[in-house]
Amino acid sequence: MKLVGFIIVCLTGGLLLYGTGELPAWGDPNSPASTHLSDDYITLALEQTEAPNLVTAVLADYRGFDTMFETAVVFCAGLACFLLLRDFRPKKDHYYRHVPTGVMLHVKNEARTVRTGREFEDMDREWVPSDTIIKTVCRILIPFIQIYALYVVAHGDFSPGGGFQGGVIFGSSLILLAISYNLKTLVKRVTEKFLGVFSSLGVLVYVGIGAIAMALGGNFLDYGKYAPIFGEHHIRALGMLGVEIGVGMAVTAVMVIIYINIVSEGRHDEGL
Amino acid sequence: MPELLDLIVDKYNYWLYIVLMMIGLYAMIGKNNLIKKLVGMNIFQTAIILFYVSIGYKKGATIPIIQGDHGHGAADAVIKAADYINPLPHVLMLTAIVVSVATFGVAMALCVKIYQRYQTLEEDELRMRLSEK
Amino acid sequence: MSWPIDLVILTFVIFCAIAAISVRDLLGTAILFGAYSFMMCLLWAVMGAVDVAFTEASVGAGVSTVFFVAAVFRTSRRTKD
Repeated sequence: MKLVGFIIVCLTGGLLLYGTGELPAWGDPNSPASTHLSDDYITLALEQTEAPNLVTAVLADYRGFDTMFETAVVFCAGLACFLLLRDFRPKKDHYYRHVPTGVMLHVKNEARTVRTGREFEDMDREWVPSDTIIKTVCRILIPFIQIYALYVVAHGDFSPGGGFQGGVIFGSSLILLAISYNLKTLVKRVTEKFLGVFSSLGVLVYVGIGAIAMALGGNFLDYGKYAPIFGEHHIRALGMLGVEIGVGMAVTAVMVIIYINIVSEGRHDEGL
Repeated sequence: MPELLDLIVDKYNYWLYIVLMMIGLYAMIGKNNLIKKLVGMNIFQTAIILFYVSIGYKKGATIPIIQGDHGHGAADAVIKAADYINPLPHVLMLTAIVVSVATFGVAMALCVKIYQRYQTLEEDELRMRLSEK
Repeated sequence: MSWPIDLVILTFVIFCAIAAISVRDLLGTAILFGAYSFMMCLLWAVMGAVDVAFTEASVGAGVSTVFFVAAVFRTSRRTKD
């Protein structure tokens, strides 16, 4: 199998190497890719969309329909992870820790549970004492990461960044909370229902902005039609910000859903 | 001889992208572990994304963010297309990267599910377990 | 962009890719794959694709590695090749 694979790979690579002879020189300004359509995008985008970052202008305005379905793809990925892994059966063994003494309790009987509170707390099977340095540093760091994520979403049309990057950074700040404390802390603060609602709300914000533009008499995702409500000034950039917020919400929630489901095998009780 | 040197300078980037793509393709075909195959798939993806991004590159051009006063007065200035890198491949590839992480997450979920049922991720052992039943 | 930087980073990328698929420990693969993604992000930043580089830095080197480590945590580190 390895030999056959190697021969196939070499054959493909050889054919592609032969094909590079026809390609334009690397970085050639007069190559076909950068002479026809792209000139129009570069020269007209600022005038038409009022967003200096051309990538965001093309992503959220000219190709807004494309980006909407991409958000739907990300949402579907979260849904697929949920359907594949989520396991609603209650777990058989319970582990508790007596807080004053540090003694671990293992309850094998399904029916009997210990009430958690001051004296006892829920524990994972493979419990290790969490490190104070890591906990403190992460607690200080997480709000700054989240503010940076919001900055990235808000400045998507002026500087590199946008809904996807900001959403991923916000999601990873929540994942950092789960890693530095434990998974229960995250699940208690950000519940599963909230994540589900938040991810679908993100897609709904995007579609809603498009649909309301239609109701106001324009095309789907035609941000210019919002001018009577929000004013003429920078209206298209404002519309882009709206859809970026929708994308950010969906991506944040989906990243956390995928992480929680993979790391706890769908039981949402213990994990990394 | 100078012609050969010109050819190398013009094309060596493409050749290295193809080498990267071959590594990914080999990992997808030849490796036995499912997670290794996924890594191969991701390497293949990034090689193709790299090729697309390099198509948009222009010598002597800057990043695709219009310089000026954040859109207030910049519209009056003349924008020349040769000064900015082609933004279109960047947009398409940004989409591809985000979709790739979504597929990667689903693939990892599938790997966890396969491990739960068969206790292995090796392809030959999996085939053996499947034929036992 | 200057060609030496380009060539050096491309060489690093190819070495990271070969190492990631040939090391016999899946956790090692995870970390090498993160390094590969980060080198790729540098390459795109050098090429002027800042948005793509930003996305790769947050998605490829960040969240993908976390998913990878989570999956390895729930399965096994063992690999035959």
